Amino acid sequence: MRDHLGRPIVAVTGLGLVTPLGFGVARNWAALLAGTSGIRRITRFPTDHLRTTIAGTVDLPEEAEGPPLTATPRVMRMAEMVAEEALAQAGLGGDGRFPGPLMLGMPPVEVEWPHRLALAAKLAPAAARYPALAGAAGGWDALYAQAAFATVGEHLAARFGTEGAPIALTTACATGASAIQLGVEAIQRGEASAALAIGADGTVQPEALIRFSLLSALSTRNDDPAGASRPFEKHRAGFVMSEGAACLVLESLEHATARGAAILGVLRGCGEKSDSFHRTRSNPDGSAVIRAMRNAIEDAGLTPGDISYVNAHGTGTPENDKMENLAMRAVFGADAPPISSNKSMIGHTLSASGAIEAAFSLLAIRDQILPPTINHAEPDPAITLDVVPNVARPAAVRHVLSNSFGFGGQNVCLVLSGEPA
Amino acid sequence: MPASPAQEIWITGIGLVSAAGEGRAAHRAALLATTPAPVDTTSHAPFPLHPAPPLELDRQIPKKGDQRQMEPWQRLGTYAAGLALDDAGARGLVGEMDLLIAAGGGERDLALDESVLAALAGLPAAEAATRLNELLAGGLRPTLFLAQLSNLLAGNISIVHGVTGASRTLMGEEQAGADAVRIAAARLAEGRGRIALVGGAFVAARWDLLLLYHAGGLLRQGGFAPVFSRAEAPGAIPGLLGAFLVLETGESARARGARGLARIAGVACEQARRDARGGSAEAAARAFARLALPKGSQQEPLAVLSGATGIAAPAAAEAAFLAGLGRPVALRAAGSRLGWGAEATFPASLALGALMLAEGLVPPPLEAAEAPLAAAPRDLLVTGFGAWRGEALAHLQAIGETQA
Repeated sequence: MRDHLGRPIVAVTGLGLVTPLGFGVARNWAALLAGTSGIRRITRFPTDHLRTTIAGTVDLPEEAEGPPLTATPRVMRMAEMVAEEALAQAGLGGDGRFPGPLMLGMPPVEVEWPHRLALAAKLAPAAARYPALAGAAGGWDALYAQAAFATVGEHLAARFGTEGAPIALTTACATGASAIQLGVEAIQRGEASAALAIGADGTVQPEALIRFSLLSALSTRNDDPAGASRPFEKHRAGFVMSEGAACLVLESLEHATARGAAILGVLRGCGEKSDSFHRTRSNPDGSAVIRAMRNAIEDAGLTPGDISYVNAHGTGTPENDKMENLAMRAVFGADAPPISSNKSMIGHTLSASGAIEAAFSLLAIRDQILPPTINHAEPDPAITLDVVPNVARPAAVRHVLSNSFGFGGQNVCLVLSGEPA
Repeated sequence: MPASPAQEIWITGIGLVSAAGEGRAAHRAALLATTPAPVDTTSHAPFPLHPAPPLELDRQIPKKGDQRQMEPWQRLGTYAAGLALDDAGARGLVGEMDLLIAAGGGERDLALDESVLAALAGLPAAEAATRLNELLAGGLRPTLFLAQLSNLLAGNISIVHGVTGASRTLMGEEQAGADAVRIAAARLAEGRGRIALVGGAFVAARWDLLLLYHAGGLLRQGGFAPVFSRAEAPGAIPGLLGAFLVLETGESARARGARGLARIAGVACEQARRDARGGSAEAAARAFARLALPKGSQQEPLAVLSGATGIAAPAAAEAAFLAGLGRPVALRAAGSRLGWGAEATFPASLALGALMLAEGLVPPPLEAAEAPLAAAPRDLLVTGFGAWRGEALAHLQAIGETQA
């Protein structure tokens, strides 16, 4: 029940998933193994004047009629869905009391254009200058609640009865992994016997898309949405924005075993290392990324040779994939294990990706199969790894390393393993 | 490593920037003053605020290129983080230093927003949506995105000061500041690392934020009054605040001959829903039960450094919580002295508290609610009742001469 450092072993007893591939773990996993792309032309808003007009979107039942949801209600709804699914599987929290804290990875949210336009309409025909907009916002409590960072967490905490103050966090594209890491640490410290870890993102809206576009981070392969996300492939040219959510019910192995819960796997190790090189680029020597990977493997009490498969960060930007290749070789040498990128199919779900990919990693262990990297038409000579091209592959999967690297030099890696013998 | 007995946690450095100035001397003076920090009632009328002091950014952010990559919020945080590192004499330890940030969102381009709204005025919805794309695609500056990203305060601190241990950015207004300190202290106590940099920053003079806070009914209008004397116009007075702490295990500090300003004996956080059933005072009482403050006596009031905002509901909840302790308290409000700084509020209160304990300061009362204190306290309860959500408490303790 304790690991090599004397800490409680952290088991995963429930999973929940929502991605552009669908709602629920079963549907997502089947689509992922089938090599399905969830990337489509954007229909949520007009795409005139945009360099990128494709994304992975999750269209929610409640927006079938009426305007699309803004980020806060979208993130909240998806987080709620995945938590419901994960808790049902875990058989925990059914009484509205979850025995531990909420660790919620989510995007920074803010007042959005629909709100700004509504305030301006209130002022018309007077000019919509900021002092007047602020005055016009007075008394609009719902606007505050939708742009406060505490809102999603407080809603989920009330809904699922988590303990203490809910934690909302962001480490850019490593957010989902950081949320899991915080939950693991709370259990290892003995603060709680369980933790609800969620990564969720729902920011496919014009301004967010344009912001990433202006950093030249996005693929512009608009005429071929399903082929646009091409991690590790020669013609990769940026990531595809996407959204989704995943929830992991984390629980000390002791707590899970005592109540007879089915163990899906264990969160065996976490590693992180921040990079001080640049706001959007890793140090070209790969040092921080390499350290994060090594820290996770070491924290798990393993050696690189024990890792059967790596779930890549694999965004499909030329720089990321080259860097990840370099780091893989530095950590694993000539015998690097296979690596594949879920983002080839679901796109980059940003704050959710670390949690979504951790969930898929556990499923790979459960079913002893590696999900593919699709769109692998022409190998890049600079990428020397086995990227599980195009087709899922049965394999002996014991320990998985899941990588997440974010803007701001945030690097977080997780090691997931099967149920301890 | 985590199996070892819990380490005691010291505050070995503070980096404070507020309307009162920067650094320890300015904030010692602010604590000993009988008047608040400067107040600006005109620039963002009808909302008063405590404005920025003059800062020489080059002293903490030497490269102009770095300064240009940030907007005022990130610059302020990066600057205050550097002050804390210097105050702790901990520049040599940044490579494996933890970084825990409480962040809001970065500045918007207000002029662009206003010009877009002007251009879209009166257009049919479909046409407005298309025009919005066009104006944003042509008008947004690429660097602004990074200046807006919440986790890029941490990113900039890593780049400018070389802090490259664990890095987590928490969101959630005041509560994020308290949980950042709580998590940093818990990690050090269990032996994950020896030193951490924790804090946040808040720029008050931002119409994009004032819009948001006014929507929530959080802002005072009119002039200054101390936080417990705002019945006629309840609300917070935002104050520019950069607040960072260096937390360190006592063992690490002793080993390198660093002095501790105060011991963090405990941090406890709760978050009540504050719906019709209330629950805020009860949540704080649950948090209090996890701390171990000395019992005290009727003659010896409990010294409380309050994070009260001036907003009516949390102030009432805090009063009910303190009354429920069943012992006399001597309040001092950080917010009456520096203003309200959202995410930076709790770290700033801890910095002020550490300064009080380290230097034996007895701040004079600013209003009737602040009872006289006969002597400098040795134990301090720091409270953080968030403007909208969050109940946080910390127990700070003076470090004896022989230990420090």
